[in-house]
Amino acid sequence: MAIPALTGSRVRDRRLVLGLRQSEVAEAAGISASYLNLIEHNRRRVGPDVLSRLATALRTEVGVLAEGAEGLLVADLREAAERPDGGAEVDRVEDFVGRFPGWAGLVAAQHRRIGRLERTVEALSDRMAHDPHLSATLHEVISVISAVRSTAAILADGDEVPPEWRARFHANLHDDAERLVIGAEALVAYLDATDRGDAGGSGTALDELDGWLEARDWSLPELDDAPEVLQAEVAGLATEAGRTLAGAWLARALRDAALLPLAALDLAVDEDGVDPVRLARRFGCGVLPVFRRLALLPRRGFGLVVCDASGAILFRRPVPDFPVPRYGSACALWPLFTALGRPMTPVEEVVEMRGRSVRRVRTLAFCEPHHPSGFGGPQVVEAAMLILPLDQAAGSARPVGASCRICPVPGCPARREPSILSEPDEAARAAGQTVLRSR
Amino acid sequence: MTRHVLVIEDEPNIVEAIRFLLTRDGWEVTALGDGVTAEAEIARLRPDVLILDVMLPGRSGFEILAALRAAAATVALPVLMLTAKGRDRAEAERLGANRFLSKPFSNAEIVALVRDLGPA
Repeated sequence: MAIPALTGSRVRDRRLVLGLRQSEVAEAAGISASYLNLIEHNRRRVGPDVLSRLATALRTEVGVLAEGAEGLLVADLREAAERPDGGAEVDRVEDFVGRFPGWAGLVAAQHRRIGRLERTVEALSDRMAHDPHLSATLHEVISVISAVRSTAAILADGDEVPPEWRARFHANLHDDAERLVIGAEALVAYLDATDRGDAGGSGTALDELDGWLEARDWSLPELDDAPEVLQAEVAGLATEAGRTLAGAWLARALRDAALLPLAALDLAVDEDGVDPVRLARRFGCGVLPVFRRLALLPRRGFGLVVCDASGAILFRRPVPDFPVPRYGSACALWPLFTALGRPMTPVEEVVEMRGRSVRRVRTLAFCEPHHPSGFGGPQVVEAAMLILPLDQAAGSARPVGASCRICPVPGCPARREPSILSEPDEAARAAGQTVLRSR
Repeated sequence: MTRHVLVIEDEPNIVEAIRFLLTRDGWEVTALGDGVTAEAEIARLRPDVLILDVMLPGRSGFEILAALRAAAATVALPVLMLTAKGRDRAEAERLGANRFLSKPFSNAEIVALVRDLGPA
């Protein structure tokens, strides 16, 4: 039998030769079975540490499992072929690499470059279109420029301007010049901060919470035994709004942790699988606390999105290849929003994220209404969607995107605006359509 | 008869410039710095033309415009919308603005548009 080029395939072959189950190898290597599943299907690059542990678990040498440069090239080309506009003969990729290594290298390099550019476009588009801080600052600068233009034109147009008005306009111009300097400095500081990935202090409170959790890689074992460490970190956030929001998030996370201790939940998932309703019954708690705790389990790689009744994103733990917009509206076809319309009803669906690459995930969504102000108060609704890794060969899946502006799905019935990633004719068609044809 | 224009705009130096330009053109100009009391002030002042900014503290110009178009007394009030972003223009049109002007605007343009909207 030919040795497969890719590490994941080699791991799978070796495991099958030894007659081991994924869960056995995963446990021996100290990773989750779902992560091993992704590795075996070449959906994850394997770092040297994990590869070494896998080699030990599979009683072989690292060199037997590791792929060479050719394997990496094949992986890149397979990923390129998964693009919605791909259409390449995937089953002949190794033949292509062997016969035309130069062309293959060029295609792979172009694919990587397109991916980098698309990530940049996504981030900038999201920020320019929806970042409330940037929008407010730009609006203020434009307003001041507008005042300067009108005032200067009045003074310059040669008509008689009474002395008292002239004095006021001169004072206004001076005042506006000062404000323009402040506005420009604020913009530069903000863009510098976000370029460094440090939105704290100049972004929104949600940005600060996001930044703090990202910096911890969503790993918060202290929730179970050392909350004072987390409380001190929250107290050190840059803005009052950020500290308030993160403090409220932390208080709820601590209540969740008391209901669902990390080790017990991890064990329950191994025993019962990821079924939030059964887990909620087992721990005697609500369903949404289970969603929130599952998203913080180490090594599982579960994503989570939480929204309110308006669809505004309240919390996000993104997973690779399933981008969640930070500011704007997410794809209306996400099961999260199906759940929003069906409170207290479990919604499970396999969806296929069409983005830089195509990735299938299993989603579980649930919506709970609350009445924090009592019987006579307003109902407050919260919906959550768990994003779970999935064997990419799994059956059919509904195509979804991240948000319309960066979604390449053609003819989507839920499209709100043309995609900036579409071909010009597709974008023009989408812009002119009021009702779109279903796929 | 003096024609009356109400300006709802939170940028005081824009208001100052508009006040000068339109007063010189024969208009009586009243200004509001936010939109919270917009409908009450419009009912009290009964302006001939409304100049309405989109981004206002407390309440957006779009909300005010929608409320005006939903009330019989103001459904036909001529409204010139001041926008700072291109995409605001489509929303202003959809909600029933008679004219729109993107910031920064020229003085000649705003005077011409207000004259155009005012009583003959």
